[in-house]
Amino acid sequence: MLKLTIDHQTIEVAEGTTILQAARKIGGSVVPPAMCWYSKLEGSGGKCRTCLVKVSEGSAKDPRPLPKLVASCRTPVIDGMVVQNKTSPEVLEARKAIVEFLLINHPLDCPVCDQAGECDLQDLSYDNGKVSCRYQESRREFDVIDIGNLIKLHMNRCILCYRCVYVADQISGKRIHGILYRGDVSEISTYIKNSIDHNFSGNVIDVCPVGALTDKTFRFKNRVWFLKPMTAHRDCPTCSGKVIAWMRGSEIYRITGRKDEFGEVEEFICNECRFEKKNINDWIVEGPTTLKRHSVISQNHYKEIKTPSVINPLEEKMETQTNDE
Amino acid sequence: MGRKILLENSDIPNIKSFDVFRAHGGYVSVEKALKTMAPDEIIEEVKKSGLRGRGGAAFPTGLKWTFLDRKSNKPRYLVCNGDESEPGTFKDRYLMEKLPHLLIEGMICSSFALGVNTAYIYIRGEFKYLLGILNQAINEAYKNGFLGKNILGTNFSLDMYVHPGAGAYICGEETALLESLEGKRGNPRIKPPFPAVVGLYDCPTVVNNVETLANVGYIVNFGGDAYASIGLGKSTGTKLISACGKINNPGVYEIELGMSVEDFIYKEEFCGGIKDNLELKAVVPGGSSVPIVPKKIILFTASGEKRLMTYESLAEGGFESGTMLGSGGFIVYDQNACIVRNTWNFSRFYHHESCGQCSPCREGTGWMEKILWRIEHGFGNMKDIDLLVSIADKIEGNTICPLGDAAAWPVASAIRHFREDFIFHVQYPEIIKNIKHGALYKYENQD
Repeated sequence: MLKLTIDHQTIEVAEGTTILQAARKIGGSVVPPAMCWYSKLEGSGGKCRTCLVKVSEGSAKDPRPLPKLVASCRTPVIDGMVVQNKTSPEVLEARKAIVEFLLINHPLDCPVCDQAGECDLQDLSYDNGKVSCRYQESRREFDVIDIGNLIKLHMNRCILCYRCVYVADQISGKRIHGILYRGDVSEISTYIKNSIDHNFSGNVIDVCPVGALTDKTFRFKNRVWFLKPMTAHRDCPTCSGKVIAWMRGSEIYRITGRKDEFGEVEEFICNECRFEKKNINDWIVEGPTTLKRHSVISQNHYKEIKTPSVINPLEEKMETQTNDE
Repeated sequence: MGRKILLENSDIPNIKSFDVFRAHGGYVSVEKALKTMAPDEIIEEVKKSGLRGRGGAAFPTGLKWTFLDRKSNKPRYLVCNGDESEPGTFKDRYLMEKLPHLLIEGMICSSFALGVNTAYIYIRGEFKYLLGILNQAINEAYKNGFLGKNILGTNFSLDMYVHPGAGAYICGEETALLESLEGKRGNPRIKPPFPAVVGLYDCPTVVNNVETLANVGYIVNFGGDAYASIGLGKSTGTKLISACGKINNPGVYEIELGMSVEDFIYKEEFCGGIKDNLELKAVVPGGSSVPIVPKKIILFTASGEKRLMTYESLAEGGFESGTMLGSGGFIVYDQNACIVRNTWNFSRFYHHESCGQCSPCREGTGWMEKILWRIEHGFGNMKDIDLLVSIADKIEGNTICPLGDAAAWPVASAIRHFREDFIFHVQYPEIIKNIKHGALYKYENQD
């Protein structure tokens, strides 16, 4: 077992655990945010740089600090490591910068985006971002395209986390989805715009941290915070059938996979469950879901709010920002 | 001063061919290494020589070789990094074009030392003309028994391949190069694990620059101590410097490390002074990614001593009053050079070449380019200058690979040392708009 200290909290973890995984075991405020890393997707992570942390002591043997901030999602724990996340001003500064970088080419069309209310980028920028923007150049623009007949791609909103690429790679087993071009004009695409023709392709919607990939059967039907998330299941021949049914009255608006407290899908679900079974009779509804994510959606009573983390910090931030300027 | 290791025979006619190269002492080191030396002895000699990576990072080569994972039973690979794409650096292609056998000789010795049976030379896509030269040289080496099975009757076998990239700067980063060599998109990998443990096809791999590997033959022949006696302090041996810009004699020079920068710029056998007897304004001593420094800093260190062409002397004073030797792309600017335009040009390059994998580099390089474009074209304002410093600061150190640093350093250093140029651009946009540069300038002043 390896000993790791994050923000003065100590935990023992097994060999091969990354700093982020260890932090998630502790939970709470020591967990660095992650926009690209996904525990279920092998090879993901290291790209968005929001999970950067400071290693103030490299190991028990060699307690020198590491020269640069490291991506906690891909850095394995070494015995005796001391890590600073929220306690390091350097980390907070870097994270603020990353949020700014992620937002400069993001269209900020939240009012018309289906992801609004459950968007990782919204959460991230509420927690770490600034209210003002220093970017005055033109943003990159792409056309909205269909990826197959069930998924819509808004490339403008994409933050190039590569999660969907890993889903397509690992679930389908053949390379049908990837990144074209490079730099800030790179875009995700299916192989020569072929549709993703696979029974589990809908999971790219769930893993997308922003509203770049959206469910065509749900687009513009409703805002997520008006819907009631209900835990439901059915006897599905292809997948586990364990889902969340998003309901209004007795009508099911959409089906998604069940997500854990870090916003990760617990089990991938098949396209039949996701897109076709929209009738209440198809499902056995177990009851209301306790959403553990802090987002706009958790304003309703489906979440026991431990720390008032949504409304108040933002107001405070706005006040401090206006005082600054 | 003036001893040469690599380019000594480069002027001999037809040195490209195996027979001529062999007649001038070529492949002697291979015979010596394979027949009389143990692999560990060669590594020991390379360590003793103090040879440092010539690709820019200057990591001690012998030390890098000892990191190679020998315990796993996986095959090991040697990859020669010939993806020389840094603006201002053009030494490796000269070496490969003139003396392909020198590289192959060094690679055979290195492969033997590292226990490698398959070696690759990765060249950038634009070097297609080198493909024929290298392939011919490799074929000749095969024919003469220096490559293939049981080289020179020993148990050692080695196959060598040349692989052209598709022309991306990022594939010069060692892990991106390995991805590209595997046939994937050239995105840098996240380290750790390092290539010495998990490299090409998940096997232990050593990636070295062309010039580094070309030096190994000499070290095997004459020993590490002989190599270490050349140069100064920790900067041992010679270095190829590709000098360009506003100088009288642009070209590739092999210099002994330890020569003074002033001598290199003004001596007749090297750069030969500034063109048209103009005043020196600035120098980028190691390829576009190292900090640009003005005349007073490149010629003298902060303590008033003469600055020397060594890794340590050029880096003295950190980035406040120093720079880096990098890959040896020596770019000289005269008094008429526009630093803002130059910085914009570099920035445009890094924007174009960023792989787009990690957010600070993907978004930051584009942002910096757009701001620099505005300043250069007379649409800038004073806030932009500090904004650029802030962006560069936030890219630096937060990215997966060093491309982010490479994009940030030239911008940060240009503003640090030439802030008045930027301020002038903002204050007098009308004057700036009317200045014609480069080809346009020449065209309009023809009669």
